[in-house]
Amino acid sequence: MIAAFAFYLFAIIVIASGVMTIASRNPVHSVLWLILAFFNAAGLFVTLGAEFIAMLLVIVYVGAVAVLFLFVVMMLDIDFAELRAGFARYWPAAMVLALGLLAELFFTVAAWKSGGLVPVRAAAAPKAMPNIEALGTVLYSRYLFIFEGAGLVLLVAMIGAIVLTHRRRGDVRPQNVSAQNRRRPQDAVVNMNPGVGQGVSL
Amino acid sequence: MTQWFQSWAGYGVGWFLATLILVLMIALPLMLAVAMIIYADRKIWAAMALRRGPNVVGPFGLLQSFADGLKVYLKETIIPSAANRGLFLIAPVLTFTVALIGWAVVPFGPNMVLADINVGMLYLLAISSLGVYGVIIAGWASNSKYPFYSALRAAAQMVSYEVSVGFVIITVILYADTFNLSGIIAAQRHHIWILNGFGFNPLLFPMSVIFLISAMAETARAPFDLTEAESELVAGYQTEYSSMSFALFWLGEYGNVLLMCGMTAVLFWGGWLPPVDWAPLYWVPGILWFFLKIFIFFFVFSWVKATVPRFRYDQLMRLGWKIFLPFSILWVFVVSGWLMLTRYGAF
Repeated sequence: MIAAFAFYLFAIIVIASGVMTIASRNPVHSVLWLILAFFNAAGLFVTLGAEFIAMLLVIVYVGAVAVLFLFVVMMLDIDFAELRAGFARYWPAAMVLALGLLAELFFTVAAWKSGGLVPVRAAAAPKAMPNIEALGTVLYSRYLFIFEGAGLVLLVAMIGAIVLTHRRRGDVRPQNVSAQNRRRPQDAVVNMNPGVGQGVSL
Repeated sequence: MTQWFQSWAGYGVGWFLATLILVLMIALPLMLAVAMIIYADRKIWAAMALRRGPNVVGPFGLLQSFADGLKVYLKETIIPSAANRGLFLIAPVLTFTVALIGWAVVPFGPNMVLADINVGMLYLLAISSLGVYGVIIAGWASNSKYPFYSALRAAAQMVSYEVSVGFVIITVILYADTFNLSGIIAAQRHHIWILNGFGFNPLLFPMSVIFLISAMAETARAPFDLTEAESELVAGYQTEYSSMSFALFWLGEYGNVLLMCGMTAVLFWGGWLPPVDWAPLYWVPGILWFFLKIFIFFFVFSWVKATVPRFRYDQLMRLGWKIFLPFSILWVFVVSGWLMLTRYGAF
């Protein structure tokens, strides 16, 4: 009973906060509702027994991605009148997109109901194994190359993003810590003992 | 205890009552500990500055924190008229809650843990990554420039240091073979010769230092307290807060510091195990060893706060991304290679 209660609680909050994400007028509120949705989706994963994915969802999406999202959105200066002005122009394209997504959702459910594409699915993990171990065993043996390929794609994307946004500016003087640490008092200061009347020439 | 409650109150209700009592058994002493640790922090800080510190309220000033608590409780909560009211009030509650719920998985002694879950370490990582939201929301909802700067700084700072904390934790997990905190502690028994603790292992000792420094940055303690740097940002994200809403930030901050000290103890220094695997030392209850270790690391936190000047923001980012991150990635390679060679014998 508690499991059912938890499921309905999390599911209702996910859907409600998803709706609020679209409906709120303030973009920062939207991001915060989105975070609530992520968090409750993690709760749904826990009720499914997928505790590893639940924790990853919180660490990666809530802890890192959404923080950066919020970071950007907080600094945006959004003119709502201008945003609404675009609505009339774009709504046909938006409808086409929405219908396409709806059709995809429908086909996904239908395909899932009619059975898997391959006749024999990969074996389920043994019950006693924690699902981190089960996932690790599968990822690093059966799907090793796909897994490492995914990692490589992410690496390339990261390097690409850095190359695209990095620009060398001539007018900044960054701190050179090793040069500072190498510097000794005798390099910077000279003790003089000038005689009377010889220190400064006026 | 759970079984005893379930025997007379039924399965569900008994479980609920037992868990509720256990939660209170952790949360209430934790509040007391936070009050006392604030006093200890001020005393240590004062001693290092050759001052007396709090010494008026109660014997040796022991009741100072309670007097402060009463004072802020009786003050008026002021909400700025330009603030985003709902979020402004949620932010301190969020900070405080997140500081408390992390303790659910911390083992205080053998079998003394509220939730002995098999992803305990990931849970702690997830909870500590939530801590930043209290600060960001507070800074944004205050609708004032200094809190806003502070929120932006906090967002970038906490994300940066989480990355290297993650890699540090991976090295510990590689040694312990489990994400369960009790399992991590059990793996540290008799780890090197007769010493209990991964920190005594020369391979993991550098990681424990990185972890402690990153913990200071995660909790925004000095020398990384750029989010509330008073010389630049007044009081940072707390500028517009008063009364209990301010006190909740304060309690949450110290609760987080204690949690980070506890994590250092659990991950590297054997948690509730005595430092040396010698039978008479086990006569001391495990919880006392754990508290002693937490206090030692808290002393290090205070010591650093009293002696180290604040980092500049670019230095903070440099330390996180250019020093800790490459070093901890390299160390994951070194540790996993060493374990392949010695433990699994495969090459």
